[in-house]
Amino acid sequence: MDIDPDDVFGDEDDLENEFYQERDATKEFLVYLVDASPKMFSTSCPSEDQKYVSHFEAATSSISVSLKTQIINRSYDEVAICFFNTKEKKNLQDLTGVYVFNVPEREDLDRPTARLIKEFDRIQELFSKQIGSKYGILPGTRDNSLYNALWAAQALLRKGSTKTADKRILLFTNEDDPFGNIKGVTKLDLMRTTIQRAKDAQDLGISIELLPLSKPDDDFNVSTFYADLLGLEGNNLADFKALAAERFEDIKDQLRKRMFRKRKVRRINFIIAGGKSIELNTYAVVRPTNPGNITWLDSVTNLPIKAERSFFCSDTGALLQDPPKYFQTYKSENIMFTADEVSEIKRVSTGHLRLLGFKPLSCLKDYHNLRPSTFVFPSDEEVVGSTCIFIALHRSMLRLKRFAVAFYGNSTHPQLVALIAQDEIMSPSGQIEPPGMHMINLPYSDDIRPIEEFHTDTNLAPRPSEDQIQSASSLLKRIDLKNFSVCQFANPALQKHYAVLQALALDEDEIPDVKDETLPDEEGFARPGVIKALEELRICVYGENYKQEDDTMGSQKTSETSNKRKAIADNATKEYANYDWPKLADNGQLKELTVSELKYYLNVHNLPVAGKKEALISRILTHMGK
Amino acid sequence: MARNKESLVLLIEVGPSMHGVLPEVEKVCCLLAEKKLIYGKYDEVGVVAFGTTDTKNDLTVEVGGYENVTVLRDIKVVDGALVDALHQLPRGSACGDFLDAIVVGMDMMIKKYKETNKGKKRLCLITNAVTPTRHPYEGTKEDQVKTVAAQMMAHGMKMDCVVVRAQKDWDVDKKIVEENDFLLGLLSNKSSSKVYVGNATALLGALRTRNITPVTTYRGDFELSSIMKIKVWVYKKTCEEKFPTLKKYSDKAPPTDKFASHEIKVDYEYRSIEDPKRVVPPEQRIKGYRYGPQVVPISSAEWEAVKFKPEKGLKLLGFTDASNIMRHYYMKDVNLFIAEPGNTKAILAISSLARAMKEMNKVAIVRCVWRQGQTNVVIGVLTPNVSAKDNVPDSFYFNVLPFAEDVREFQFPSFSNLPSSMQPNEQQQEAADKLVQMLDLAPAGGEEVLPSDLTPNPALERFYRSLELRSKDPSANIPQIDETLKRITEPDPELLHQNTAVIEEFCRSFELKENPKLKKSSRRIREKPTGSSEEGEGVAAAGQAMDAAEYTSEVEVEVKPLGDSNTVQEFEAMMSRRDSPNWVRKVLKSMKDKIYSLVEGSFEGDTYQKVLECLVALRKSCICKLEPDQFNDFLCHLNEFCQKRHIDSLSDFLASNNVMLISKNKEPESNVPETEARVLPLKEEP
Repeated sequence: MDIDPDDVFGDEDDLENEFYQERDATKEFLVYLVDASPKMFSTSCPSEDQKYVSHFEAATSSISVSLKTQIINRSYDEVAICFFNTKEKKNLQDLTGVYVFNVPEREDLDRPTARLIKEFDRIQELFSKQIGSKYGILPGTRDNSLYNALWAAQALLRKGSTKTADKRILLFTNEDDPFGNIKGVTKLDLMRTTIQRAKDAQDLGISIELLPLSKPDDDFNVSTFYADLLGLEGNNLADFKALAAERFEDIKDQLRKRMFRKRKVRRINFIIAGGKSIELNTYAVVRPTNPGNITWLDSVTNLPIKAERSFFCSDTGALLQDPPKYFQTYKSENIMFTADEVSEIKRVSTGHLRLLGFKPLSCLKDYHNLRPSTFVFPSDEEVVGSTCIFIALHRSMLRLKRFAVAFYGNSTHPQLVALIAQDEIMSPSGQIEPPGMHMINLPYSDDIRPIEEFHTDTNLAPRPSEDQIQSASSLLKRIDLKNFSVCQFANPALQKHYAVLQALALDEDEIPDVKDETLPDEEGFARPGVIKALEELRICVYGENYKQEDDTMGSQKTSETSNKRKAIADNATKEYANYDWPKLADNGQLKELTVSELKYYLNVHNLPVAGKKEALISRILTHMGK
Repeated sequence: MARNKESLVLLIEVGPSMHGVLPEVEKVCCLLAEKKLIYGKYDEVGVVAFGTTDTKNDLTVEVGGYENVTVLRDIKVVDGALVDALHQLPRGSACGDFLDAIVVGMDMMIKKYKETNKGKKRLCLITNAVTPTRHPYEGTKEDQVKTVAAQMMAHGMKMDCVVVRAQKDWDVDKKIVEENDFLLGLLSNKSSSKVYVGNATALLGALRTRNITPVTTYRGDFELSSIMKIKVWVYKKTCEEKFPTLKKYSDKAPPTDKFASHEIKVDYEYRSIEDPKRVVPPEQRIKGYRYGPQVVPISSAEWEAVKFKPEKGLKLLGFTDASNIMRHYYMKDVNLFIAEPGNTKAILAISSLARAMKEMNKVAIVRCVWRQGQTNVVIGVLTPNVSAKDNVPDSFYFNVLPFAEDVREFQFPSFSNLPSSMQPNEQQQEAADKLVQMLDLAPAGGEEVLPSDLTPNPALERFYRSLELRSKDPSANIPQIDETLKRITEPDPELLHQNTAVIEEFCRSFELKENPKLKKSSRRIREKPTGSSEEGEGVAAAGQAMDAAEYTSEVEVEVKPLGDSNTVQEFEAMMSRRDSPNWVRKVLKSMKDKIYSLVEGSFEGDTYQKVLECLVALRKSCICKLEPDQFNDFLCHLNEFCQKRHIDSLSDFLASNNVMLISKNKEPESNVPETEARVLPLKEEP
């Protein structure tokens, strides 16, 4: 959706047109192009745990991590892994020195599979045996493995159109001067053809990115050759280095997070006043993420199954087609409604967003919330001028600190909503908050519960003294999370889910541990200043000789109930021994016992004691295995 | 259910000053009765009207006095008659004395229940409190109110007062109003609540029509750290009141069967997708999760062993500036953290934190695990709720915050980067400013319009009203939305009228027009809700016009209908002409028509071989021309077509000859995954 700043030739009219079109490619095709020359094996760099690993290992392990993330985040994207400077060759065009790594049941450029990831994890041992490393650019020959590699990669990316797919080549190498050992005209010639090859690929909409690996003492010199290949100039060249290092880190530290393509949920009309109505698109920007859809399988064959629903009349047992009518029992009568009538009742307004007025932001209380908010952004696609009105209102609302109250006549969920203007927030790394409005569902009076007053009694509520408030304030200052941002925590349950899924899919022996980022910062809380502030507050509020346990009625209550439970259990164990349960069951005499007698058995075996007598008996019999 | 039954006495003022709002009072009381008939069938309700012309109550007989108070209905289980009684409240001619009415109501309760039913007895007073109360025989009014309040406490009664104060009736005696407010204030400080409502819409939302006993989601420690813990209880503060779930109706039972439940049971059967004839028992199912293109089966036992199991508890992570938490990140309904009731030290601890946070404009970030065995954690924000009432302790609101995975980083263009035609100019901005300022729902010094706490749900109100109407007349139409509730769904005409100039200025400043370059958008036309304004039809008409234009431009190329003998050869010859995309489409269309006519004209499957040949040819061409959808759609249609005409044998014939949808693997443009390609055409309707 972003407007290309380089597009200086397009006139304003075109620019506007472009603005309508969702220009996001739906998926990404990526070729990892890894240099496998002997130099990649002989040089090493320090890894995270201070061990030295070869450049080849560093490259492959980062690809491996990236694949594992990608299979969860964007499993519809397709990848290919291609080595160059190899002994063996395996590629469509049969070019020397290029080996496309793949596993069965998968095309060369395809969605990553568990098998691919598993095999690729073993690339270190497989490589020397199956593929082998060998310089591909040697004096005296006109072989050019880099040229071949780019060509092979381009061929892999032939499928799909650039309109629907984003095509990229990611090149890992530590050789900044691939044609260094070649002299004279040949060198120039080889360089020229290679660069031309890269240009051709780029002209086809394929972007080439370089991830240089360098030794600490010997920097990778981009300008020797690759700057020309990538088409870098001036400032871009300077930025490149900083970015490259960052990008390498990025690959490794990606969060496993399912990616969603920006997509409008709905197009709505916002009726303002005096017959002016503008066009808005709604987007789901914040929504709880679930671990993904469950596919039910047959546990015997592991093949997918589908559920079929059928309706039966509970009076006659007759099979019914989809039921036409619904009913509600009211005054001991069945009141009937058709499905259409039910939706007619809910349709209290037309399906539009209708402005009712504006209120100061202070009228929006913290408890006025029911569901995640929805983002709205204007669109001129059908009604030209919408964006202009929207921006004007947006600015006024921000400046006057007001929000709009509107009625959203959604057909399933007609709701009073608040529209809050959000200004754009930018950071050097990009947009943090997009400009637009957030639509918040307001609760109705029936949805709000007067809990505060539920426990009130005639007495005045205790109020803290100035001192107590003061010591609380100093605690607030101590435990201050500066720069807290709402999305700084990963969901530990979800991350664990992904980790388990990966371990099971790849047959890994152990399930990787997932760090729970949501636990309090132990170290921070152990700082003497924090401890002192906490102690002070405790003494100030609770008094000197306060023990945590003894003053509460709640704990007493729970201990009471637990005592009671224990007494029942003890009694049950005692009584239990007085019956010959298997015999009673065999002779069908269980039904002659009372319910409380039956409960002895259930209590002793920790079974639920609820239900009618027949239910209890059948539960006992099931437990005995009869 | 009967254990939780509530006893309620409605005390309704019907004197002359109330006549204006009585229609709304009737509505809200009916709604209350209607909801009770569904959710609290065993609740007991009595109705007392005061300010009536007549007098009818026990106390006037027993001790005298208490005039103009009429017991319309003794306390008994809710029934249809209650709704009818509330539907037509009498219009009284006397001045109502709300103190008398409260005493009468209490007397009814005490006589009926004695000491029992503590805490489940509720009085509901609806009054405007503009008429004076009588002087008691002894002591002051204040003493009398205090005695009443003490009695209420002793019997475990609660009282809700709804005081109607429309702005127009300010011609009443200010002194009386102040006195009454003071008296009601005395009552409300004790065991009851009081709300003022200014208009009819708010009146409909002011009465709690459904009584829900709240339950805690958590009781236990709120851990600031291991050094300091506070005992708290957590309740839901907001919780959406859902539309009642209607049961599905079965009319199979014979009409003579009085005890027929008319319910419908739902039964699920699981079948293998590969082999639809094989039924899989439910316990043999196993959950599978997608990992790339594969599905990994994971049994629940396996999950149980490895899944994330946090410890129950509430832990403080820290405090932060309130401005760091933007309002739109609140994820769910809201909880309330209160200190353990009766625990003074906990109340003080919560209070001092809340007040300090409010003062410094801070919020607290907490990590919550409500129950043992919960498989996820919740990160949320505590915002202080400093109480305005002396007898209500301070508390915190708790809102759930999103995790990193829950926030989708969509990029939107900066407004400043948009072309200048989309930027408002100074004059336009001024018009917008005025609109935002003048279309004011919370005027300074005035009353907030449509406050959430007093706004009823119009759809629910309409449902209960339809239910009542239907119970009287099963063929009744769904009623229109109530006029009073239109103030929720539509702007207030009065407010619009007051600001006519501002709105006109706004409309003049901005120009809107339909996008001339817009291509026909059939989707949008479909999305229009029924009964929407005429503009929708305008768009539809435009769309049709464009359709017509497209057709005329296509007439130039003529396609000859395909012959009977060499259909496939003719078709292939025409396809190879490659005139234009239009041409290809036309040829495809003529082939499809041919197939339809072959199928329709078949007798005992005599044309099937021919159909098969044609289909194979069509499929091949569709793959060549990158039009897989053309074929896929057509095959689906054909399938439906057959089913409608009960030509089942064709599907089987095609399946046995392996005619299937064009899958994604064959042709990247197709939307049909490989697995579905085989299944779809064979799908049989149950």
